[in-house]
Amino acid sequence: MDKEEYKKLVKRLTPQENKKKNALVAFLVGGIVGALAEVSVSLMVHFFAVARADACLWTCLLVIFIASLFTALGFFDNWVTEAKAGLILPTTGFAHSVTSAGLDYKRDGFITGVGANMFKLAGSVILYGIVSAFLFAVLGVIIHG
Amino acid sequence: MNYLAAFLFAGIACFFAQLLLDNTKLTPGHVTSLFTILGAFFGFLGLYDKFIDFAGAGATTIISNFGYVLYKGAYLGFQEQGILGLFTGLLKNGSCAIVGAVLFSFILVLIFKPRD
Repeated sequence: MDKEEYKKLVKRLTPQENKKKNALVAFLVGGIVGALAEVSVSLMVHFFAVARADACLWTCLLVIFIASLFTALGFFDNWVTEAKAGLILPTTGFAHSVTSAGLDYKRDGFITGVGANMFKLAGSVILYGIVSAFLFAVLGVIIHG
Repeated sequence: MNYLAAFLFAGIACFFAQLLLDNTKLTPGHVTSLFTILGAFFGFLGLYDKFIDFAGAGATTIISNFGYVLYKGAYLGFQEQGILGLFTGLLKNGSCAIVGAVLFSFILVLIFKPRD
């Protein structure tokens, strides 16, 4: 079997992921997360008389708590596998990565396991968030004053 | 309609993230980092404020908001405190998500057993 044939065989036998379906699911799930967050913000503003900006932060905490709890309970991994970007891109993905990394490495101890690995995935978001925000802020200060 | 706008904004962002995941070699780590940087960039352009006006929590719930919040913190920090403010202000509002995630996760990791 030459290389070309082998490539064809691999291509044929690799399970074809349905990209259209994935994108649609991500759109729907991500949209639902966004809409539910908006519902939460509206309810908080309505019932607890908090400012809208504060309600957004409370909602952010709520979303993080729920995603972390569902991860610890064990079924959020399957949800993320199904919904993919729909749950990875919202803050749920950030919380899920921190909690699941913490749990996965718990057996290696609290320092070398949990402590060293908790930010294994979320660390890059924080790193590049800080670096890019700093650079853009410097640019912003120079340009906008 | 607020809820529809939130749905559409968050949904479309996730839609593009999924296209990146499926059609490139980028991993979820790459895509979330990219969207965080984009959030800071749109904050810099002054567009993210408009996204939030339009989509409310739809815009504040995706990870791009984290980049935007960091940018905003550093920018406003400079207005208050000069160059030092870039450093002290950057994490001001971003602190919420980081502290929340660390605290909740740690407590849950203490309570729950790792899965096999």
